[in-house]
Amino acid sequence: MTSNTMEAAATSAVRSRRDAPPRPGGGARLVRRRQRWGWLFVAPFAVVFAIFLVLPLGYAFGMSLFTSTLATGTEFTGLANYAKAFTDPLFLEGMLRVLAYAVVMIPAQLLVALVAALVLDTLATRVSKLSRLLIFVPYAIPVVIGALMWSFLYSPRFGPAATIFSMVGLDAPNFLAADSIFGSLVNIVTWQWAGYYMIVIYAALRSIDPTIYEAARIDGANGWQTATRIKLPMISSSMVMVITFALIGTLQFFTEPVVLRSVAQGAIDAAYTPNMYAFSLAFSYSQFNYASAIAFSLGALVFAGSTVFLFLTRKQSGLK
Amino acid sequence: MRSKLLAASGVVAVAAAALTGCTPGASAESCTNEILQPDATQVSVWAWYPAFEQVVDLFNETHDEVQICWTNAGQGNDEYTKFSTAIESGSGAPDVIMLESEVLSSFSIRDSLVDLTEYGADDVKGDYSEGAWKDVSSGDAVYAIPVDGGPMGMLYRQDILDEYGIPVPTTWDEFAAAAQTLKDAGAPGVLADFPTNGRAYNQALFAQVGSTPFVYDNAKPTEIGIEVNDQPSKDVLAYWEKLAADGLVGTEDAFTADYNTKLVDGSYAIYIAAAWGPGYLGGLSDADADAVWRAAPVPQWDPANPVQINWGGSTFAVTTQAKDPEAAALVAKEVFGTEEAWKIGIEEAALFPLWKPILESDYFRDLEYPFFGGQQINKDVFLEAASGYTGFTFSPFQNYAYDQLTEQLYAMVQGEKDASKALDDLQASLEAYATEQGFTLQ
Repeated sequence: MTSNTMEAAATSAVRSRRDAPPRPGGGARLVRRRQRWGWLFVAPFAVVFAIFLVLPLGYAFGMSLFTSTLATGTEFTGLANYAKAFTDPLFLEGMLRVLAYAVVMIPAQLLVALVAALVLDTLATRVSKLSRLLIFVPYAIPVVIGALMWSFLYSPRFGPAATIFSMVGLDAPNFLAADSIFGSLVNIVTWQWAGYYMIVIYAALRSIDPTIYEAARIDGANGWQTATRIKLPMISSSMVMVITFALIGTLQFFTEPVVLRSVAQGAIDAAYTPNMYAFSLAFSYSQFNYASAIAFSLGALVFAGSTVFLFLTRKQSGLK
Repeated sequence: MRSKLLAASGVVAVAAAALTGCTPGASAESCTNEILQPDATQVSVWAWYPAFEQVVDLFNETHDEVQICWTNAGQGNDEYTKFSTAIESGSGAPDVIMLESEVLSSFSIRDSLVDLTEYGADDVKGDYSEGAWKDVSSGDAVYAIPVDGGPMGMLYRQDILDEYGIPVPTTWDEFAAAAQTLKDAGAPGVLADFPTNGRAYNQALFAQVGSTPFVYDNAKPTEIGIEVNDQPSKDVLAYWEKLAADGLVGTEDAFTADYNTKLVDGSYAIYIAAAWGPGYLGGLSDADADAVWRAAPVPQWDPANPVQINWGGSTFAVTTQAKDPEAAALVAKEVFGTEEAWKIGIEEAALFPLWKPILESDYFRDLEYPFFGGQQINKDVFLEAASGYTGFTFSPFQNYAYDQLTEQLYAMVQGEKDASKALDDLQASLEAYATEQGFTLQ
């Protein structure tokens, strides 16, 4: 509570300076009373936040400072687990893999979302409303269900590809093989998220004042020029937001590969992404301490990655 | 003012407690089954057999002092994940838990299983074969009571073999020849599958040539012997490598929807399976009603000296979180300790009993299985397979070992390395892991 009180005191100090000259006595009491109510309204969130986020995080960090092996028990090893994590080939390979996914997947999602949003923005028919809904629908499907559904679509036996290819007398490609699983996963994620990003971009496009388009038309701009020179720069802050979401999501890649692993265990190993590695360590190999260290290292890298990205794009995002 | 604030924060605290489920007094466990004697000692049990409910009811009807409170916490790894978390957090585990014998060491090394010798395990030792008992013990300690086993046999499609004029293979050489015949005849399917994620199945194939991958004894818990790359195992793997490379067997992952379909639609003519295999096949919704399934002994390398193998098997262990270990041990010993319970297990869940009174009974020997056209498969195949089984030692990090095995076998069927290199790499990774986990290699 100390920091809270201090903050409250600081705020009240700022206030009283701004509201100068303060009325003696009564005003300060009123402010205090108001603040008390404010804290009361924040309290439920603060409690839940502390119990479900701050405490577990602290607990996990504490755990990551110990090392427990199967044969010799638990001992305090300080940051040794972190040193191990950043030299662990499985963790580093997983990081490289999710970076590769980020390089391919984020542009793919963005491109689909952007093109869909720009096209829908220029249409104003009933078809556009329906298309908007249809593109958005995959996002409304729970990730696990979506991945399960795709695991059946990719199936060499049940999938539509088998039927289509057999019509021309060919064998369907195996979407779950080691060399094709990358593309198969990119496809699932793009399918799932592009609609969501499209809605964000579309909303940004709708907020642009139409008179600007009119001015552009008068100046002789065609549709392509309007899109690339007016619409795109004006929604850049939304684009930055979308990319940040996609970046964080990709670095934490987990659900889709886990679900597909049940049908392609060879192609997707237990340490395929850093998140999966942490999960396997904790729940399959009972190495909770090292798993915590991996999870924290991943968290730190995600935090660093998104901060760098936001710093580099501070001009576009308006977050200066 | 102050009291109002206190009252409000009290409300918040209660709400938070309700959210986290910490409300005091709500510790009563929820049972799937009905408790007949509310005043008796309750023992919570996690088990996954669908037909287990009838077995539990039978136990509760016949025991006035102890009642089972049953929960299905998922099968295999799903359940182990929950149990593992409960061990780590120090609460939340049941009193009695169903575990496959292959993971007993992995849990006992974490001090989560009670040594049952203190609770009269030896009283029932005589009811089980030596192999079955070895699977649940480590040194002098006994960590579980065996339930069912997985002696292996060969389930085959008589109709497919007849169509292509293939005799039922009794040796692995004949098996390879049969696979070649089938391919030469242009059959739509293959003879069998070699699943790289077969885990215990692949392990059993190696065990047939004498592979003892792990030497581990709970009396010396920091020492382990690892040998997965012995020459006989390499030979077995090279055999499958060749079959896979020549396209004579499939290499699909086991236990996927695709695999299940292929098992029953004739894509595989032979399913090397455990005694519970027919139950598994019968449970698949697309099971082909016209298929003619028969059972035969598993093919041999040396027909003069047949070696029997085992794939899986489940046990009941008492956890160290048990409130009343005495009562829990009683449940572990007695839940499958009657003929009535076993008849439910055999007829409803296709279990293969390890409990001698039923295993050696005429009833079990002569039982006719409609799935096999009335064949007496126990007499023909599985009783002998079970009697020849001498037990197996698993590592205390079996899940890791299996994951590594899967990776190496997959790399092999992908053509990245040959059988010998795959097993050498497996050996190296397991040794590195064991050392890192503080074990001394023997």
